[in-house]
Amino acid sequence: MNRVQRPTDLALNRTGIYLSPTDGPAVVEGAREAPSSPGCARALAEVRRQYAGEVGLIGHMPAPASLRVVENAGGTPVPRHRVHLLLDKLGERLAFERTGVRLFDALIAKCEAQGSWEGGPTLAELAEFRADEAHHFALLQDVLINLGADPTAVTPSADLAGVELAGIVQVVSDPRTTLPQALHAHLVAELVDSASWEQLVDIADDFGETALVHKLREPLVQELHHRDAVTAWLKRHAALVVSGTLDYGA
Amino acid sequence: MTLDLLREHGTPLARQVFTWKDLVREPISKLDDEAFTRVRLIVGYAGEQAAVRFQHAAVHFGAEHRILLADLRRVEHHQATLLRWLQPADQSPLECSIAMAQAAVEVGAQMARCEPDPYVAQALRLGLLEDFDHLYRLAALMDRLEGRDANAILQSYTDIRPGRPTATQHRAPEDDLRRWYDRCATAPTTKLHARIASALAYQVRDHYLDVGPTFADPVARQLYAELASVKEQHVTQCESLIDPAETWLERWLLQEAAEVYLYWGCLASETNPRVRAVWERFLAYEIEHLRLVRELYEKTELRDASEVVPTSFGDPLAFTGERAFIREVLAAELELGAAGTEFVPRDAESRATQSYRAQLEREGSPSETVAAGYRWSPGTELADPRIRDASVLPPLKATGS
Repeated sequence: MNRVQRPTDLALNRTGIYLSPTDGPAVVEGAREAPSSPGCARALAEVRRQYAGEVGLIGHMPAPASLRVVENAGGTPVPRHRVHLLLDKLGERLAFERTGVRLFDALIAKCEAQGSWEGGPTLAELAEFRADEAHHFALLQDVLINLGADPTAVTPSADLAGVELAGIVQVVSDPRTTLPQALHAHLVAELVDSASWEQLVDIADDFGETALVHKLREPLVQELHHRDAVTAWLKRHAALVVSGTLDYGA
Repeated sequence: MTLDLLREHGTPLARQVFTWKDLVREPISKLDDEAFTRVRLIVGYAGEQAAVRFQHAAVHFGAEHRILLADLRRVEHHQATLLRWLQPADQSPLECSIAMAQAAVEVGAQMARCEPDPYVAQALRLGLLEDFDHLYRLAALMDRLEGRDANAILQSYTDIRPGRPTATQHRAPEDDLRRWYDRCATAPTTKLHARIASALAYQVRDHYLDVGPTFADPVARQLYAELASVKEQHVTQCESLIDPAETWLERWLLQEAAEVYLYWGCLASETNPRVRAVWERFLAYEIEHLRLVRELYEKTELRDASEVVPTSFGDPLAFTGERAFIREVLAAELELGAAGTEFVPRDAESRATQSYRAQLEREGSPSETVAAGYRWSPGTELADPRIRDASVLPPLKATGS
C-alpha cells in the first residue's frame, strides 16, 4: 500500500445509489412495481426455529486422559459437566491466544511496512504484546496438561473462537488495510479477550482453585493492558487526523 | 466381500427425489465425526461433480439421449448438493483445504497401492507425493496465518511433513501427459481408479481456485494459486491415462460404475449412522443409473456391457490411513519427476520443464515462503518454545520505530 494513500481520501466509490441519478430512481421504481413473495421476514425465523429444534450440537468435549485436580477440588467431588465448563473455557482461551500471536505477527509486518504515528504502537510494543500472547498460550497448555486434559484438542468454545476470529484475521492480514484499520479489528479481539479472561478467572474462583486463579490473574492484567493500549493508539490516531497533524514517520 | 451389480436392485429414477429440506440436513460435526467421514463426503462429492461434468459434455456426442442425460444429471447434481451441504459451517475454507488434501493423499495412496497396472500405479504415486506436500504447506499456512493446528482436522491419520517439494512439481504441459491404458486389455479397476483420481484432482483444483481469492493474506493467495496450478497438472495427468478410443457410451458406463464403486466403499466403512443412510440411499441411486446406462449401451452399441464394466466388485475402497505405504513411497520416490510420458529422476527432467519452473518462480516461491523452516508440532509450531520465544522483529528495528 502506498503510504501517502489514506482510506479517508475521496475517490470513485461506486456503492451508493445517489451516484446513479438515472439508474438509481429506475431501480427503486422497478422494485416498487414487482410483486413480492407473501409473508414477512418472520418466515426466516420460522425455518431457523425448526432447524434449531432438530439438529445436534457443533461438537462435544473430548474425553480427557484423566481429570486429576479439579474433579476433587477442595476434597469434594465436582460434577463432571462443571469440570468440562472450565476445560472448555481454558481451551477457548488457548485457541484465542495462539491466534493472537499470529495477529500480532501480521500487525508487526504491517507496522514495519507502513510505520506508526506519535503515540501509536512501536514495533517493540507490538513484539512485547506478541510475547505476552505466546506466554499465555504456553501457560494454558501447562494448566490443561496439569488438569489431565489434552491441550491439542479443539473444545467447542475453542472451535467457535476460531469462527469469531476469522474476520479479524482477514482484516489484519490484508495488505490493503492501514495500521489503524487493522488495529480497530484487533481491538475487537482485545475486548473479547480481556472480558473472557475475567470470566475464566471467575470460573476458576468458583471451583475454589486458588492456585489456578493466581496463575490466571497475570494474563488477565496483561490483556487489560493490551485492550487499553490499543484503544489509546486508536484514539491518538483519530485526534491527530482531526488536528491535521498526523505523520506516519513516528 | 463382493457387490453383485446385476442382482442388486437400485431405486427407480422416478423415486430419486429431494426436497430443499432434504438437501440441507444437519451437517457432520467437525469436532466429533471421524476424519474419514469428512474424506468420504469429499470423494463422493467429487464423483458427483465429475458425473455432472461428463453428462454435460456428453450432450455434444449423444444428443439423441439428451433426455436421459438431463434426468440423470439433475439427480447427480442434487446428490452433489446434499453431500457438499453435509460439511459444517464452522469448518473454515483453510480447514476444508486441509481435508481435501487429506482426501487426495489417503484415497490416492489406497488406489496407488491396489492398482494392478504398474505404469498407472506409478502415475498415482507421483501425484500422491505432491498432494502430500500440499498438505504440509497448507498446514504451515494454517499455523502461521490463523494459529491453528491442522491435525485437529487430520486426526493423526496423515503425517504433516514435506513430500516432493511443491516448488519442484511444476512441469511443462507436455511432461504431464501419460501413456493411456489399452481399453481392451486393461483391468476395470484401473479404469475406475483413473476416473476417481481424475474426479478428485478436478475437485481439489476447483476448490483451490474458489477458495484462494477469499483470503486477504498475500502469501495465502499466492500459495493457493500455486497449488491450483499443480492440481491442473494432476487433472491433465489423470485424464491422459484414459484411452481416447473409448466410446462416449463406454465412458458413461465407466463413470456410473465408478460412482457405484465409490458409494459402496463409503457405505462399507462409514461410522456415522446419519451419513451411512445417505451412502445406502445413493448407492441404490447409482446402481439404477448404471442399469439404465448399461441398457442403453447394449441397445446402442450392440455389445455386452460386461466387457466394459464388471458384473461385480471385489473389495471396496477401505478409507483407512495409509501411513506405512506413504512413507515407503516417500523414501523411494521423492526425487522422481517426469519427462514426456516417462517417470525420470529429477535431474533428467526436460529443458521445457526447467525453464517453465524457472519462469514461474522468478519472483519467489509461495510454497517455500509459507513453510520456511516449518516443522509441525502437536498444537502448532508455537508449542515449541524455541519457535514461540524467537524474536519476530527485523534485526535492525528491534527497539521499535
